[in-house]
Amino acid sequence: MQPRTAILLLVLLAALPPVAAVFDQSFYISVASRILIFALAATSLNLVLGYGGMLSFGHAAFFGTGAYTVAILAQHGVHSAWLAWPLAMLVSALIAWPVGAISLRTRGVYFIMITLAFAQMIYYVFVSLKTYGGDDGLTLAERSSIGLGVDVKGDAHFYYACLAVLALAIVLLARLRRSPFGHALEAVKLNETRAEAIGFPVYRIKLVCFILAAAFAGLAGALIANQNNFVSPGLMHWTQSGMLMVMIIVGGLGHLFGGLIGAAFLLLLEEILSAHTEHWQLALGVILLGIVLFAPHGLARSARRSATPA
Amino acid sequence: MSLLLLLEQSLNGLQFGLMLFLLAAGLTLVFGIMDMINLAHGSLYMIGAFLAATLVPVTGSFWLGVGCALIATALIGALLEFTLLRQLYRRDHLSQVLATFALILISNEAVRMIWGPQPVALDAPAALSGAVEIVPGLQYSAFRLSIIAVGFAVALLLYLLIAKTRIGMWVRAGASNREMALAMGVNVNAVFTFVFALGAALCALAGAMLGPLFAVQVGMGENILILAFVVTVIGGIGSIRGAFAGALLVGAVDTFGRAFLPMLMNKLLPSAIAADAGATLAAIAIYVLMAGVLFWKPQGLFPARA
Repeated sequence: MQPRTAILLLVLLAALPPVAAVFDQSFYISVASRILIFALAATSLNLVLGYGGMLSFGHAAFFGTGAYTVAILAQHGVHSAWLAWPLAMLVSALIAWPVGAISLRTRGVYFIMITLAFAQMIYYVFVSLKTYGGDDGLTLAERSSIGLGVDVKGDAHFYYACLAVLALAIVLLARLRRSPFGHALEAVKLNETRAEAIGFPVYRIKLVCFILAAAFAGLAGALIANQNNFVSPGLMHWTQSGMLMVMIIVGGLGHLFGGLIGAAFLLLLEEILSAHTEHWQLALGVILLGIVLFAPHGLARSARRSATPA
Repeated sequence: MSLLLLLEQSLNGLQFGLMLFLLAAGLTLVFGIMDMINLAHGSLYMIGAFLAATLVPVTGSFWLGVGCALIATALIGALLEFTLLRQLYRRDHLSQVLATFALILISNEAVRMIWGPQPVALDAPAALSGAVEIVPGLQYSAFRLSIIAVGFAVALLLYLLIAKTRIGMWVRAGASNREMALAMGVNVNAVFTFVFALGAALCALAGAMLGPLFAVQVGMGENILILAFVVTVIGGIGSIRGAFAGALLVGAVDTFGRAFLPMLMNKLLPSAIAADAGATLAAIAIYVLMAGVLFWKPQGLFPARA
């Protein structure tokens, strides 16, 4: 995507709350916030999966950890976003460090399974933590406060906060991809043995990528906790990890906007289908199956391919 | 901690482990031979349980109903393999995850449409609903004992099938080296369909046997699927022997963990923390086991590809 298209997209997204207000459809603002938050979570997974080529099946654990960090801080009276959100990133990153350090010793299918196992561990830790709600989850008394005249208790302001965070994350990701680290990561993804032979610290590069992605997943978690005013272990269930993976595959693996496209596609589809039928999961399943069989490279790539005939 | 309690928990662990083996056996073969991640394996377990819950009252006999459910699920499995999953063998793991994830959504919703959102009752056969006194002072459910018997019988049959028959030889050949098996003239396509149908039947058996103990409901496959994956990975992908050892290990660790870790924590820690800590440790014990096994033996305990 050209920078011009990206700016146009940003303007369009920024125009959403006033437009929704004009049509008296402010319900859609919170739908849109949800999409932006899941786009951030999916984009962070894209860093591991698309750029790093690591099939992590436990990404929702870091998403949920970020959410719980904010909720637990709020429980103890800490509401400042400037404190809670970075801490959410930090806690997720600190958990991802040992998880990644151990998991990255395995390869292929075993890596998928060991990340899944760690995610299950974290999931069950929060299920068993009766002090913080256990299985029932934890309600937040209020949203985090940002200050600076921004009141995210209103849905429109919160939407802009999500948009700003997502835009920042995508810009950072774009810069990361062009940085020496990004090139090294790509080399590792394309041919690990060769990258090792050239002298790249392969293991450390993958670990840094894994931790960085977890930090951004934690940030997305901090936002979802604020969006719902509620956190529960369901946020880190393995089906949630699966959903994030589906978003990336559908949107476009390793595509800068793959996370946004996938999250928007999936959540809007859910919104539309569930308005028409209570059996929307069936329709969603059939559509996903169709995508695997007929658009194996994701929507972003397939659109570009059909636009430019070979 | 009395000896009777220890014996009772051992039987519980054995029973759970054997049922996990039924699930993991199919999973490990599909995984090992076709290099295919099948997240929808848990859905076959769910479908088998629902079919059994319907067919048992229809046929009037528990075992006849379960037998019919087994055959029906095997047919569904074969059909699924033949029409859809066959397209995915050559694709990467991500496509397989996406496609079988879609299958989970589809089968969950289809089951909800057919049987409704409420859990369905599946009763143990009346003859086995009582308890048996195994040793003086220990009453143990007759149905749970029959689960153990069925589990051992199936494990033995499976061993004979895989180790002693020609088709078992093809399956082993496929698991240890697919290309070589192809080159030697094994009809790999037929073997794939057979393995998938067999795996589906074993799923249905586990679903039907566990149905009277757990609830037969939509989504029942999701959590047990992960346990089956854990077993598969601990045992070594593609190895039936590994799946058996892994299943018994996971069954024992999980059951003993839940029974004794909270007790142990109560002795070691102040009671305020002990309740949380004990439950947490018990819940994550098998995942710690799996991470440990992968850390020291990255190919699992019994790697199929030596």
